[in-house]
Order: sequence, then C-alpha cells, then structure tokens
Amino acid sequence: MAVTALGSTEVVRPSVRKRKLEDERWLAFVLLLPTAILLGLFIAYPFFEGVLLSLSSARVGAPGEFVWFKNFEKLWHDNIFWTAVWNTFWYTGVTTVFKLGLGLWLALLLNRHFRGKAIVRAFILLPFIIPTVLSTFAWKWMFDPTFSVINWSLFKLGLISARINWLGDADLAMASIMVVNIWRGIPFFAISLLAGLQTISPELNEAAAIDGARPWNRFWYVTWPLLLPVTMVVMLFSVIQTFADFQLVYVMTGGGPANATHLFATYAYQIGIVSGLLSEGAAVSLAMFPFLFIIVVAQLLYIRRVEVR
Amino acid sequence: MIEGALWRRWILNYLPLILFVIVLLFPFYWMIITTFRPDGELYRPWNAANNMPFWTNKPTLEHIIYLFEETNFARWMFNTMFIAGVSTLISLFCGVLAGYALARLNFPWAGSLGTLIFITYLVPQTLLFIPLAEIIRDFRLGDTPWSLILTYPTFLIPFCTWLMMGYFKAIPKELEECARIDGASRWKAMLYIIIPVAVPGILSSGIIAFTLSWNEFIYALVFLSSPDQKTVAVGVTSELIRGDVFFWGALMAGALLGSIPVAIVYSFFVEHYVSGLTGSVKG
Amino acid sequence: MAEVSLHKLNKKFDTTHVVKDVDLQIRDKEFMVFVGPSGCGKTTTLRMIAGLEAITTGEIRIGNTVVNEVPPMDRDIAMVFQNYALYPHMSVASNMAFGLKMRKFEKSEIEKRIKNAASILGIEELLHRKPRQLSGGQRQRVALGRAIVRDPAVFLFDEPLSNLDAKLRVQMRVELKKLHERLAVTSVYVTHDQVEAMTLGDRVVVMKDGVVQQVGEPLELYNTPANRFVAGFIGSPAMNFADVTLAENGGRPVAEAPGLRIVLPDALAARARAKVGRKATLGIRPEDIHLAGAADSVDHCFEANVEVVEQLGSEILLDTRVGAATVVASVDPMVKVRSHDKLKLALNPARLHLFDAESEAAI
Repeated sequence: MAVTALGSTEVVRPSVRKRKLEDERWLAFVLLLPTAILLGLFIAYPFFEGVLLSLSSARVGAPGEFVWFKNFEKLWHDNIFWTAVWNTFWYTGVTTVFKLGLGLWLALLLNRHFRGKAIVRAFILLPFIIPTVLSTFAWKWMFDPTFSVINWSLFKLGLISARINWLGDADLAMASIMVVNIWRGIPFFAISLLAGLQTISPELNEAAAIDGARPWNRFWYVTWPLLLPVTMVVMLFSVIQTFADFQLVYVMTGGGPANATHLFATYAYQIGIVSGLLSEGAAVSLAMFPFLFIIVVAQLLYIRRVEVR
Repeated sequence: MIEGALWRRWILNYLPLILFVIVLLFPFYWMIITTFRPDGELYRPWNAANNMPFWTNKPTLEHIIYLFEETNFARWMFNTMFIAGVSTLISLFCGVLAGYALARLNFPWAGSLGTLIFITYLVPQTLLFIPLAEIIRDFRLGDTPWSLILTYPTFLIPFCTWLMMGYFKAIPKELEECARIDGASRWKAMLYIIIPVAVPGILSSGIIAFTLSWNEFIYALVFLSSPDQKTVAVGVTSELIRGDVFFWGALMAGALLGSIPVAIVYSFFVEHYVSGLTGSVKG
Repeated sequence: MAEVSLHKLNKKFDTTHVVKDVDLQIRDKEFMVFVGPSGCGKTTTLRMIAGLEAITTGEIRIGNTVVNEVPPMDRDIAMVFQNYALYPHMSVASNMAFGLKMRKFEKSEIEKRIKNAASILGIEELLHRKPRQLSGGQRQRVALGRAIVRDPAVFLFDEPLSNLDAKLRVQMRVELKKLHERLAVTSVYVTHDQVEAMTLGDRVVVMKDGVVQQVGEPLELYNTPANRFVAGFIGSPAMNFADVTLAENGGRPVAEAPGLRIVLPDALAARARAKVGRKATLGIRPEDIHLAGAADSVDHCFEANVEVVEQLGSEILLDTRVGAATVVASVDPMVKVRSHDKLKLALNPARLHLFDAESEAAI
C-alpha cells in the first residue's frame, strides 16, 4: 500500500453538529418537530381530552365529575340521537351514490376534446371552491317557502299548483339538503375522476374497439376497472366529509323541523354548544369515531386490494 | 377518438354538459341577481303575477351599502383573509418540511408516520370541536384570531404534507445526491435544490389550503363570539339573520363578496388548484 | 493528486450482502472502470466512494484521508449521474456554478472556470438555457461540465452514457477518453457495457455478486480471463464454451465432448494433465475460429452444422451446432455459406481457454 507507506494517513471526523444534520434520522426529527407539536397539541390532546370529557358530567362553567358511560347510556335512550344516526347514514349513502354517478358522467363528458374545455372545467369546480356556508345560503334562498324560485319554475312549467314547503317537511328537508350536498360534491368527483380517466391510455380503448367491444363494454371492462383505485380514494374522502358534515344542515334547517334532520355533528353542536352540555355533546361527537374508523379501515383495505390486483 | 354523427354528439355530449353547467352555476347566478335586486322585487310571492325572478330592471347597490354601513363586513373580510393567510403560511412551512422528511429521508418509523399523517388528514373537524373549544379556552385564545390560526393547521398540515410527499417523491434522488457531492449539506441541498424544484407543488398546496381555511366554519362558529372578531361565514350567519327574519339581499351580497377573494385566487391558479386536488387523491 | 483505495469493503442492506470484501488500489490519474451485470455491486461501491451509502465494514481512502465518516460535500469528488441530475430550475451556467458557490469561490473565479469548461465541451451557447431546453447529448455535456469546473480530486461516473442513443454513445465515449487525457484526474467509472469498459479503462474491475472477479488492463482481461465469468463477460460476440472431459491420447492431453476432440496446446498441457479424467469447460472466442484449410492440423478441427448465418458486412457470424454444444464462429465475409451447410471449422490452439468445471477458475 503506497499510501500507508508514506505514513501520513489521517482519519477525518466532522464536527458533531454537522454530523447530526447529515444524519438522516436527526434531520428528519428536526423537520418533523413543528408538525408533531401542532398536531399533538391540537389533535392528539383534544382527542384525549374529548374522551375524558365524554365520560364526565361537565357543563359550561361547571367542571363536573367522572361518570363513566352515563352520557352514552343517556344517548342510547335518546330518540333524537338515533334519528341523527339514521339520518347520517341515509344522507351519506344516498348522496355518495348520486355524486359518484353524476360525477362520473360529467367526467366522461369532459374527457373528450371540445372548444372551451379549459373554461368549462374551471367553472365547474366553482361549487367546490366557494365557501360552503355562503353557497348554501343561496340554496336556502332558492328553497325559501314563500319566495322560492324553484316553486316559481315548477309552477310555470305546470308541474305544481300549490307551493311546496321544501324545508318545512322532514323528508323534503332531508331531500333538499341532499340536493345541495350532491351539487357541491359533483365537481370534486368529476375533476378527480377526469384526472384518473386521463391516465388511462386511449390505446387500451382503441384495442378493445378493434377486438369488437361496444362502447358500454369498453367502459365496463376497460375503463372502469382501471379507474377503480382513484374512485375508491375519492369515495373515501367524500364519505368521511359527508358523514361528518355540519355546515349544510346548520344553514339549511339547523336540524329542524322538529329535530328531524340532525346529523351527528349538528346534534353534537346543539347539545354541547347551544345547550352547554359539553360532556354530552362530546359524547355525540365521539360516537361518530367508531363508525368513521370502520369506514376508513374498510376502505383502506379495499383500496389496497384493488391496487394489488 | 371514435366520433359519431353531429346530432348524436349533441344529444349525448353537449346537451348533458350544458345542463350540468347550468345546474352547477345557477346558485351563483341567483346570488348575483339577488344582490342587485331591490327589496320590493325580492319579497314578491312566488306565484305573484308580475314576478320576473331571473332579471331585474332596477339594479341597486342598497344591499352592499347596507353590508358595509350597518355591519362589520369589512372587518370580517379582513379577519378571514388574515386568518386564512397566516394559517396557510404556517401549514405550508410545516407541511413542506414534514413532507420532505417523510418522502426523502430514511429513518425508523417513516412509513408509520406517513400513515399517521394520512389518518389525521381524514379526521373531520366536527369530531373534536367540543374538547378543542375547552382547550382554546384553557390557553386563553378564545375569541381571538389565534384560536383559528393555530387550529386550522390541524387539517391543513396533514393535507399539505400529504400533497408535498407526492411532489417530493417524484423528484429524482440523484438531484439531491449531486448537490451533496457538489458541496451542499443535506440541509442546503433541500433548501437550494429540492424545495425550489417543488415550487409548483408548494403553490398548489398553498392555494388549496387557503380555500380550505376560507371555507372552514364550525371552529370559527364555536371559538369566536364578539362581532368584530368573526369571519365572513360566521358574521353573515349570525348578524344578517335576526330571529327568523332573513335579510336576503344583504345575505346574498355578503355571500357574493365573501366568495370573491377565493374565486380570484382560484382563477389565477386554476391549473395549480386542479393538479393539487387530483394529486391529493392519487395517494 | 489522489489515489483511491478500498480496503476490505463490505456493504449489507438488511440481509442482502451486496459488496463483499472489495480490495482495490486506484492509482493517481488512473481511469478505473467497474463493469458487471446489474446487481453486481458496482454502483453500490461507487456510491460508497461518493459517500452516498454508509460503509458497513472496511475502509475507503481518498488521497491520504480515510473518508468513511466524511460527508459527500467534503470529499472533494465530482459525480456524473446516469440521468444527469441537472437542477431543472437553474440555467446551465448556474448548474455549473452551484458547486463552486457552495464552496464560496470568488465570482470572477466561478465565471472563469465556467467559461473554460464550456469551451472544452463546446457548450458556450447553451449557458443561459434551462436543462429542459437541451437535447440528451447536451445535457450529458452540461453534467460533465458541472464536474469539470469543480476541479475535484476524483471523478465518479455512474453509467453516464446509458441514456444516450447508440450513435451518440460512441461519440461521447471518444470524447470522455480525450477529456480524461486532457484533465488527467483519477476517475472511477461504472458501466454494464463491456465495450465501454474495454475502450475507456486504463484498468477494468469485473464484479459479480458483490465479489471482484478480476482486475486488470483491458487486453489482460480479454487474453487471460481469470475465470469463466470474466471470459464470457468480456468480448463480443461472447466466448464459446463447451463442457468437455479431459483425457490423454498418445501422451497428449485432449479435451473431448460429443463431436469434438481437441488436442490441447503445450501451454495448457501441463496443467491439464493433472486433471485427466475430470470435467472441464473449454473456451474459444468466435474470432479464433475459422474455416478449416490445408494448413490446419486435424488436432484442432471439428465438424459443424450451420444453423443461422448472420451477415454483418465486416464479418460473418455462423451459429453452428457441434455435438451438443452451440458454437459461434466469426469468419471471413467473402466466404459463401448457407444455413444447414455442414462445415469443417478449425480453431487457433494458442487461444484456447480451459476452466475448471466446479470452481470455474482458469486452468
């Protein structure tokens, strides 16, 4: 070894600070620290706090004491709570089906060349961009019992002769809220699915066409299976957002008429904030957690299976 | 593309598309027309003979003027903008650093931490608002903009991190390695090479985070109480409805003006917005 | 002025052992090429020299310094990557300046060096462009320029030509060779292409499964491969191999296989005699086989069935079947041969190679 023969080998060791920042583990730690602090303080801690709260008898201004599952027991016998549970599932299920169907249709319509496509796409996303509360007010105004433009239109078209009290009837109110949710959700589905469609090579469809597949078969055997992974992720986000929805119902009906349109979130707000029964409100919120957890796990497992295949 | 005859294309493609566009945009048209319509025309029963709902011949600014003179609307706009801006910046800062670490560094638990971030991304605000209200009160942040600036990042950071991870993963690792051989430390390689290359992703995350915080409602509703601290959405809801009397003209004017900043930001960065939105669902 | 020495170098990823006990002295100003199939550990070795991979055990020295603990930025090396790794948000000039800026060079010095490197590589007009506006060949030059301006102690190349098309690759190969002669900087070059290895390297390291098979000058590897793997890897078209049994016939050692009976030349005879009765592998390069003529002794001739005739213009490759073995011969382009012909071929006995059947080492 010529080098050692010279006898001047040196071993260089960089300074500690330099070594630490060059060490991926330390750098990662430093970079993740701000996120960990904020999320720990305002997600993990409130979650923990929420569990404690739901097991206590706290009200606004009164710390309360530990009462085990008394709040949940009370909910078990609360009819409005069960209405809210049922409403949440019904609301989530119906709107998701429509959002998926109509969103997919819109995505397919947009997935071809025509003039002004970019502008159409930009405008279509507006319902999703504009703050929900604000656009929901526009809908509430359209559904107004006395001044409804929808009633006017239906009347002029000769479809109705008496006014419809959209938000005054339990079933109609729920349907109206669903319409608004679907209206707001379609753009998200359409744009996301459009992006998914654009990653599918047109050659696949052309090859299927040459193999003799009709348009419907091409969609069912080529496009849809390839679109499934994106669809599942979009569904996951949408289902969770819808399940935990608050703003739409709060603005449209406030849970009424006669507590018929409450969802988990609005009922929790009603009890915990409006009535000041913090612990019971927290219990209603937390009751959402097991359902959300099951939905997330089920969908994530399904997505993994779809992606592996 | 396989195309059919012209009439078929109209029936199958253009007609449904036009219907979609009309339905999706009509509420905004309704917002605008209501804003400029005098009260006399607004409160005309739906079946009144002289009702002409889709147009007005007597446009007026009275509702907008009412908004600025009789309510704190300008203040709400400022509050919303300030809160959305600052919380977006905080979230971008945290999200970019965390996304970089999770996407490009090798360290124990990297995978599990990534999953954890994804799960917090899925936690809806309505799950934790009651205990959070208690915590905000304990920290003496209630009724201040900081109650929102510090809590909005709880849903913005996971989103930004998730989106940035996707962008960072797409950058070849050789760029960084080359920079490190060129004499940059890991820190400098990130700062001078990787983050600048990821600017489109940062813009996308920033814009979407801004619209998300502008859209947030329940935290603002619960944490803020005095009229001059409110955001647009909360202010409009609480100050323009008295009992069961709705000031529809002013409400629609507030909804319209409250939407304009987001719409402007969106219109400037449509492409970034769309790529961010679609990037976020690709996983 | 920099030798690079690797001493008992090992790398393990979890359970896989990708680099095993590599010992190597790379001399100052030498152009050393690592060659081998993918997954042989050559790139990992290079990345350990660069400091991009941690060393599991062993030692790397650059000059007089043990660099095991030194981060890449302080190793005084420059590296050219397979995908060029040009910073996409910077102009060509800024790309080249980055390494110097990081080392806090004077602005005037940076400009001088960029100008100099650009003129060497003929990319003066490209300095203000962004990488995405460049062709593949131009990007390659910029990546080289970025390494040159640094004036480093060692150049590292990680398959730098493999993203270029065939014609450009040949052209850049020549330029790299000239550049090395001009700059005379120690270089370590990784490739899977044995032609690149042969043409560029002062010396070549052949690796397989993390183990160095042979180190030597290109012709040394070609003429006296240390084992069957090196023999088969170096040279194109590849060397022919036939499984044979060693025997003795009239006092002379012969290699026998169905349809083949070759008397071994004196150079191999002594060592082959010790293994009579054992299995071995006989190797002969296609270019050392020709159509048998009057001058060829029967000791070195064999019958072959032509299966495919490949006309290359400068030569003809004959894919033939000899007993159970497939033999490729490179013959004079003027010869008229058709497939299914039966031919008599002769080989050049001085160029025969013999490998042990088990250890695969040259006998």
